[in-house]
Amino acid sequence: MKKNIHLSTKPLEIQTCRDFASGNSNGAECIFIGTVRNATQGNAVHQLHFECYESMAIKEMEKIADQALIKFEILTITIHHRVGTLAIGEIPVIIAVGAAHRSAAFDACQFAIDTLKETVPIWKKEFFEDGEVWVSAHP
Amino acid sequence: MKVLIFGAARDIVGKQELDFPLPSDPSVKSFRENICSQFPELKKLNALAFAVNEEYANDEDVLKNQDVVAIIPPVSGG
Repeated sequence: MKKNIHLSTKPLEIQTCRDFASGNSNGAECIFIGTVRNATQGNAVHQLHFECYESMAIKEMEKIADQALIKFEILTITIHHRVGTLAIGEIPVIIAVGAAHRSAAFDACQFAIDTLKETVPIWKKEFFEDGEVWVSAHP
Repeated sequence: MKVLIFGAARDIVGKQELDFPLPSDPSVKSFRENICSQFPELKKLNALAFAVNEEYANDEDVLKNQDVVAIIPPVSGG
């Protein structure tokens, strides 16, 4: 299977993503792991909450995978995203790409995470000591 | 029309889902104007996109009664 898309409330598994990306024709596997950081602009973050428009988010993730397979010389692409409440250090997103050569794998991985952040209807709320904020919502 | 509302926009509207009358000019642009005049705080968001039946819509797209419209504040996945 060339692409694998998954949206889940359960913790994401790095090995599962790598397994989807693996293949004997690969000379490179590039795996991007997004993690929950403990601060935003100097303010301590306690946890993040992700919500999504599930059916559309899956469609948009599929589109990114399809575009990446056309745009770059890659063999497989896996995009897994988590929703729900995540603690510091947990993993909201994994993108794993298999390719014959590393440059296409790096490029496709970068393209996929950049596009995901622009188009996939998923929203994150940051929880601070003294309040909570939807990320990027307001100027 | 069924309208789904997410993230910061849902906090402003106070509901996850609305039943909204089809505007007399049934364009996405006119829906945008109607919903923003009913909930003026929506105008303060960085951006406001709309999806019709799970696809991003343009201002000139035409809405039908059975469409599912989604109000999409700036996305922040990843």
